[in-house]
Amino acid sequence: MLSAESLKRIDREIAKFPAEQKQSAVIAALAIAQDEKGWLATETMDFVAQYLGMAPIAVYEVASFYNMYDLAPVGRHKLTVCTNLPCALSGGVDAAEHLKQCLGVGFNETTADGRVTLKQGECMGACGDAPVLLVNNKRMCGSMSNDKLDKLLAELK
Amino acid sequence: MLDYGPDAILMKGLDGSNWRLKDYEARGGYDALKKILRENIAPEAVIAEVKKSGLRGRGGAGFPAGLKWSFMPKQYAGAKYLVCNTDEGEPGTFKDRDIIRYNPHMLIEGMLIGAYATGAGVGYNYIHGEIWAEYELFERALDEAHAAGYLGKNILGTDFSFELHAFHGYGAYVCGEETGLLESVEGKKGQPRFKPPFPASYGLYGKPTTINNTETFAAVPWIINHGGDAFLALGRPNNGGTKIFSVSGHVNRPGNYEVRLGTPFAKLLEMAGGMRGGKRIKAVIPGGSSAPVIPGEIMMQTDLDFDCVAKAGSMLGSGAVIVMDETTCMVRALERLSYFYFEESCGQCTPCREGTGWMYRVVHRIEHGKGRQEDLDLLSNVADNIAGRTICALGDAAAGPVKSFVKHFREEFQYHIDHKRCMVNVPGGYFTVSNPSAGRAA
Ligand SMILES: Cc1cc2nc3c(=O)[nH]c(=O)nc-3n(C[C@H](O)[C@H](O)[C@H](O)COP(=O)(O)O)c2cc1C
Ligand code: FES
Repeated sequence: MLSAESLKRIDREIAKFPAEQKQSAVIAALAIAQDEKGWLATETMDFVAQYLGMAPIAVYEVASFYNMYDLAPVGRHKLTVCTNLPCALSGGVDAAEHLKQCLGVGFNETTADGRVTLKQGECMGACGDAPVLLVNNKRMCGSMSNDKLDKLLAELK
Repeated sequence: MLDYGPDAILMKGLDGSNWRLKDYEARGGYDALKKILRENIAPEAVIAEVKKSGLRGRGGAGFPAGLKWSFMPKQYAGAKYLVCNTDEGEPGTFKDRDIIRYNPHMLIEGMLIGAYATGAGVGYNYIHGEIWAEYELFERALDEAHAAGYLGKNILGTDFSFELHAFHGYGAYVCGEETGLLESVEGKKGQPRFKPPFPASYGLYGKPTTINNTETFAAVPWIINHGGDAFLALGRPNNGGTKIFSVSGHVNRPGNYEVRLGTPFAKLLEMAGGMRGGKRIKAVIPGGSSAPVIPGEIMMQTDLDFDCVAKAGSMLGSGAVIVMDETTCMVRALERLSYFYFEESCGQCTPCREGTGWMYRVVHRIEHGKGRQEDLDLLSNVADNIAGRTICALGDAAAGPVKSFVKHFREEFQYHIDHKRCMVNVPGGYFTVSNPSAGRAA
């Protein structure tokens, strides 16, 4: 169900915990599965459950609790913009508005061509670099002026 | 060079790329650990030194670190754990990220000393989900420390062993709460546990566990190298050392500044370049969004240590200083914070789950010109019925801003209710209605 490469990454996580505590690797395993599949379908979560010896419901609980998992398909790129207060005081909300305009979508929506999903995020622990946004959960971009936002959008195919 | 200010001791001599083991060693890194192992200093003596230093937890609650370490059972047959909290999600806080990306070995050494002092054999550093690059960098630092014999079995040829792993979160503010964090490491939803029992007796996998914030651990090598007295002398009695303050909001140079505890807020503001555009300071949240807001003029008279900020009516918290100028609409500011707590409540306690949503909806309607006369009393009432009635402090964290915003800026809330629009009318200002006639009013 998951590639050998993903399984290798999951095994590396499992090795961090006591042998009888494989479940501790579930947060990482779901993140790795999402990296490969783009989002977490029920079959993917079931596979993770089986791989870690967990009840499927326990895996669904985790997947629905943490904000960075996607339980429905998203665009090829997911942009999560922080609009929490410290960022908002330095342009976080403006950045989000600019993206909404350029993309023609609101929060939790995907462009019609399936290119970009826009999300509203909470504090990413990078408020000094506001406005900040996260590309595909991994790449943090700071000081996002409208110019830089335009460049970023041009780069995302 | 990265400049954290002239008083910096933890974040001194860093340039953004000299985070590697060899650089850290060149700065005197791992000397504290070597000294302890070479001189065979007893764990109790290490704890005594940390107690003497007046080091208080940097994660929010300000609990004395040495005292916390002394709660770990000494005669205990099974595994004991040491956990670092780098889940930094308290809005306004961005200091721990700098520690792990610019000086990761300082944290590793601090955790090694913590493990030695508490008898923990395995440790985890729980890193905030949104900072992936920093997580990867920290893993590389762990590999370096392993290869050099600072981590693993028989460290530096002694019988002291400690294994340390990085754990990557995936987006949940409540996992910053220490027992929510432990649940998360166990592979569950991060719903906090009822305390007592405290982690020192029932922690990770039910084993004795010590958990501290990144900056708390990071201060420990300096304390061992220079002595607890020297650290204490940097700050004030009961408030030892320096502290990294994350300054955000309406200042010219947002960023991290490491200053001695007890430094006047006015001095920190000056380091951050003063108020953006020379505007008047209106309000400050001095310790992360969960700390009560304080009017600017009071803050300008306040020194930054745990006790002074408490006396001024707030908390030093995580040291996240959010500065708001005269263009800020306090109703809109509170609306955004209330949304955050509503969004992040883990849902297990009814007062918090229901109360945070209720408070958000009431502040939202006031902001949108639909406030009712009884709303301000209602807000206080809901806040009072959350605070102190939940398993973890997220409930208090959500109630604090509501109560303090309404208390200090009541006339602004009342104006919104009476006039169905914003009182703050500074053209072009942020968080304001720039054109009153086209205001956000309903
Ligand atoms: C809702 C909530 C969120 C918290 N978030 C953090 C956090 O992101 N980082 C942190 O170090 N402590 C956080 N804390 C405080 C921890 O529970 C705990 O007190 C701290 O990690 C202990 O370390 P210290 O004594 O070194 O400060 C949070 C507490 C609550 C109630
Ligand atoms: S508020 Fe946006 S990163 Fe902290």
